[in-house]
Amino acid sequence: MTHHYWRKLVNGLMFSLTAACALTAVCVLFWILGFLVWNGGRALNLDFFTQLPKPPGELGGGMANAIVGSAQIVLVAAVIGIPIGFLVGVYLAEFGMGSFPFFVRYTADLLNGVPSIVMGIFAYAIVVRPLHRFSALAGGVALSVILIPTTIRTTEQFLRAVPRTLREGALALGASKWKSIATIVVPAAIRGVATGMILGIARIAGESAPLLFTSFGNQYWSTSLGNPTASLPVMIFTYAISPYADWHRQAWAAGLVLLAVMLLLNMGARVVLAPGAAHKT
Amino acid sequence: MAVSAALSESGAPERTADTLLARLRTGDEAAHLLTLGFAASILLIAGLLVWELFSNSVDARRKFGLDFLLTSKWDPVAGQFGALPFIYGTLITSVVALVLSVPLGLGAAIFLSELAPPRISDALTFIIELLAAVPSVIYGLLAVFALVPLLRDPIQPFLGRVFGFVPIFQGPSYGVGFLAAGIILAIMVVPFIISISRESLLAVPTEQREAALALGATRWESTWHVVVPYARLGIIGSIFLALARALGETMAVTMVIGNTPQIAASLFAPGYTIPAVIANEFTEATSDIHLSALIELGLVLFLLTIVINAFARLMVLATTKRGTTHP
Amino acid sequence: MGTLERSTLSGPPAAVPGDAAPGIAPKLKISRLNFFYGGYQALHDVELTITANRITALIGPSGCGKSTFLRVLNRMYETVRGARVSGEVLLDGEDALAMDVSRLRRRVGMVFQKPNPFPKSIFENVAYGLRVNGIGGSARLNEAVEHSLQRAALWDEVKDKLHKSAYAISGGQQQRLCIARALAVDPEVLLLDEPSSALDPIATAKIEELLFHLKNICTIVIVTHNMQQAARIADDTGFFLLGNLIEFDRTEKIFKTPSKKETEDYITGRFG
Repeated sequence: MTHHYWRKLVNGLMFSLTAACALTAVCVLFWILGFLVWNGGRALNLDFFTQLPKPPGELGGGMANAIVGSAQIVLVAAVIGIPIGFLVGVYLAEFGMGSFPFFVRYTADLLNGVPSIVMGIFAYAIVVRPLHRFSALAGGVALSVILIPTTIRTTEQFLRAVPRTLREGALALGASKWKSIATIVVPAAIRGVATGMILGIARIAGESAPLLFTSFGNQYWSTSLGNPTASLPVMIFTYAISPYADWHRQAWAAGLVLLAVMLLLNMGARVVLAPGAAHKT
Repeated sequence: MAVSAALSESGAPERTADTLLARLRTGDEAAHLLTLGFAASILLIAGLLVWELFSNSVDARRKFGLDFLLTSKWDPVAGQFGALPFIYGTLITSVVALVLSVPLGLGAAIFLSELAPPRISDALTFIIELLAAVPSVIYGLLAVFALVPLLRDPIQPFLGRVFGFVPIFQGPSYGVGFLAAGIILAIMVVPFIISISRESLLAVPTEQREAALALGATRWESTWHVVVPYARLGIIGSIFLALARALGETMAVTMVIGNTPQIAASLFAPGYTIPAVIANEFTEATSDIHLSALIELGLVLFLLTIVINAFARLMVLATTKRGTTHP
Repeated sequence: MGTLERSTLSGPPAAVPGDAAPGIAPKLKISRLNFFYGGYQALHDVELTITANRITALIGPSGCGKSTFLRVLNRMYETVRGARVSGEVLLDGEDALAMDVSRLRRRVGMVFQKPNPFPKSIFENVAYGLRVNGIGGSARLNEAVEHSLQRAALWDEVKDKLHKSAYAISGGQQQRLCIARALAVDPEVLLLDEPSSALDPIATAKIEELLFHLKNICTIVIVTHNMQQAARIADDTGFFLLGNLIEFDRTEKIFKTPSKKETEDYITGRFG
C-alpha cells in the first residue's frame, strides 16, 4: 500500500513541479512587460516620437529619426526579401521534387540558422565595403537575408497544405499549371502565407546585431537609403550601455515601443490566420 | 450556343491552336523558369556568404593559422589575436544557458503536452511562443537593469558564501559576467525548447500512453517512462537548436558579458563571447588585420552553428517523420 | 463496325458494343493502351471504343485500373512523376495524347470522387473554367453560369445564394456544383470518377437522374464500384480486372449473359 501511495505522491508532485516550470516561463513574459510598462511608460512622451536625439550629456530629445529609420530599413528588407522568399516557396511547393529543390530547401534551412551578426558581416562585405559608407540599404540587405529563409519555409508549408484535389479540379477544367497555381492554389493558401510574412517582418524589425555595422546609426534624419540610418533596436543598445541616466530612461521608452509593435504584429498575424483555418471544411 | 462559340473561337483547332499552344507552353515554362531562377539565387546567396567570410578573413587565417584558435591573448594594438577567450566564453555561457533552460523547458513542455487541460495548455503555449518574438535588445535591457543588480548584490554573494568551495562560484561579484549572460541566454532559449519539445511529445501516438495507463501506470509514470523516451530524438533536437541559438546570440549577451577577453573558472568573472567582440570592435577596428581577425571569428561562429543546426534538424526530422524511436 | 466477336476463351475482348449503329464514328477510340507508374504496369493493352451520347460505365474491384484508365482520357496522369503511357487515344479522330493538354481538358471534363469546390463563391466556381479559358464579360458569365447550374439541376436550390461560399451547401449539392462547373466549358465528354461514393442515397439518386439527362448533350464515362449503379444508368459497361479490360458490351448483356467467366464471377459477387 505504501508503495502505491508513494507513486501517487510522486505523480502529484511532478504535476506541481512541471506546472511550476510552465508558470515560470509564462511569468517571464509578465516580468518583461511589467518592467517595460513601468519604466518605459514613465519615460514615454510626445518628444520621444517627434524629436531628434540630443548630444550625449544633454537632457531631452527623442528617437523620431530612429523610428522612421527602422521603417526605412525594414521596408528595404521587405522589398528584397518578400518577393524572393515567396517565389522560392512557390517553386519548392509546386515544382519541388528532385535533387535540385532538395538542395535549395536544405540551403534555405541552413541560412535560417546563421547568427544574425554573421549576416551583418555579409552585408558589410557586399554593400558597405564597395560603397565606402554605412547605409540603410546595407542594413536592409542584411535583414533581407534573414527574412528570406523564414518566408520560404512558411510559403512552402502553406502552399503544400492546399489539398491536391483542388489543384486537380483546376487542371481538369483546362487551366495551365501556372494558372492553377496563381488563381487557385495561392489564393487558397494566402492567409497562412501572409501570416508567415508578417511574422518574418516582425522578427527582423527587432534585430539589432546585423545593423551595428551596416546601417550603423545617425543623429539626424537620414535623407536617403544610401546614408547611415538610425534604427530603434540599435538606439536601445547604444543608450542602454551608456553612462547617462537620461539615455537609460529613453532606452526604456524605446523598448516599450518596440515590444508593443512586436506583440501587436505577432498577435495580429495569429488573428489573421485563425478565421482562415476555420473556413476550411 | 454563345459559350461554345466563344470557346471554339479561342481554341479553334486549325489556325490558332499553334499560337495558343505556344503561348500556353511558354506560360508554364516561363513560370517554372522564373521561380527556378529565384530558387537558384538562394544557392548563390549562400555561396556568396561563405565566400565572403572566407575571403575577408584570409589575411588573419594566413597570418595566425591554427594558433588563432588556441592562443588566448587578444591585443589588437599589439597585433595579437588569440581567439580562445571568445570561444571559451561562447561555450561557457551556452552551457550555463542549457543547464538552466533544459530542465525548466522540458518540465514545462511535459506539463503543457501531457498533464495540463487542453485550454490551459493552449493559452500558456500562446504566451510562451510570444516570448520567442521578443527582440534580443529588450532582453538585454532587462538583463542590464533588472538582472545585473540582482546578481551583483543578493544572488552572487549568496552563492559565493554557500557554494564558494566550488571554483565556479568564487571571486568578486560584479554583476556582469558569464553567469549574467548565461541566465539571460537561458531565458531567451527556453521558449524554443518548450515549443519544439511540446510538439515532439504531442506527436507520440495516443496508443502508447493508453497502453501504459491500461497497465496501471499513473499519468506521470506513463509520461516519464513511455512518452518522453518515445519523443527523445525530437527533444534532443530541440536542445541542439537551442544551443545553436545561444551560440549566435549577440545583443543581450554583449550588454552583460563584461567585455573582458579572459578565461576564468568562476562564473562571476567578466568574459567575452564571439558575437559580443564582433559587435563591440567591428566598427572600431584599428587595422585591416584586426577586421580580418574579427571576420575570421565570424567564420568560426558560422561553421559552429551550421554544424549544430544540421545535427539538430536531423534529430527533429527523425521524430516527426517516423514518429518512432528505435532503441 | 463489323460483327461482334464473342468468345468464352481468353481472346481479345469485344471492343465495340453490339448495338452501335453503323456509320456513327466513335467519340473516343482507345487502342493498345498500356500505362506504367514507374516500373509498375497498371494497364495492359486496353482496347475500347466509347460511343457518343451514351453512358459508359467502368466497373471492377479496387485496384483494377479503371480509375487509372479514366485519368488517361484527360491526361491527369501527367501530374504524377514517373507515369508513362503508350498506345493511342483518339478523340473524334484526333490524337488526344499529342494535342495541347488544356484544350483536351476543355473538351473532356472531369468530376472527382470527393466534391472539390474551390474556396470561392458558387458563382465563381462555375465561372472559373470560363475565366481561365478567356471568357469574360459579366453578361456572358451570368448567362453561362445560370445555364450550367440549370443543366446540373442545381439552379433552383442556389439561385439566391450565388455569391455565398461553395462550402455552405450540402455534399450532394457540392457535387452537383462540381458537375455544373465542369459543364460550364461545354465539354464533349464528361468523366466521372466514382462521383457518388461519398454521398448519401438521395443525393446519389439525384446525380444519377442528372446523368441520364446529360447524356443528350455529352458523352459520359463513369467509373463506379457500385454495380447496381452501372446497371441502373449505363448504356455500355466495361469490366476491368488487374489492369486488363476483360469484357466490354451493352450493360444488359454484361449483367445478364456475360461472355467471360471473370465477369460472371465479379457480377455474382464471388470476389471484389
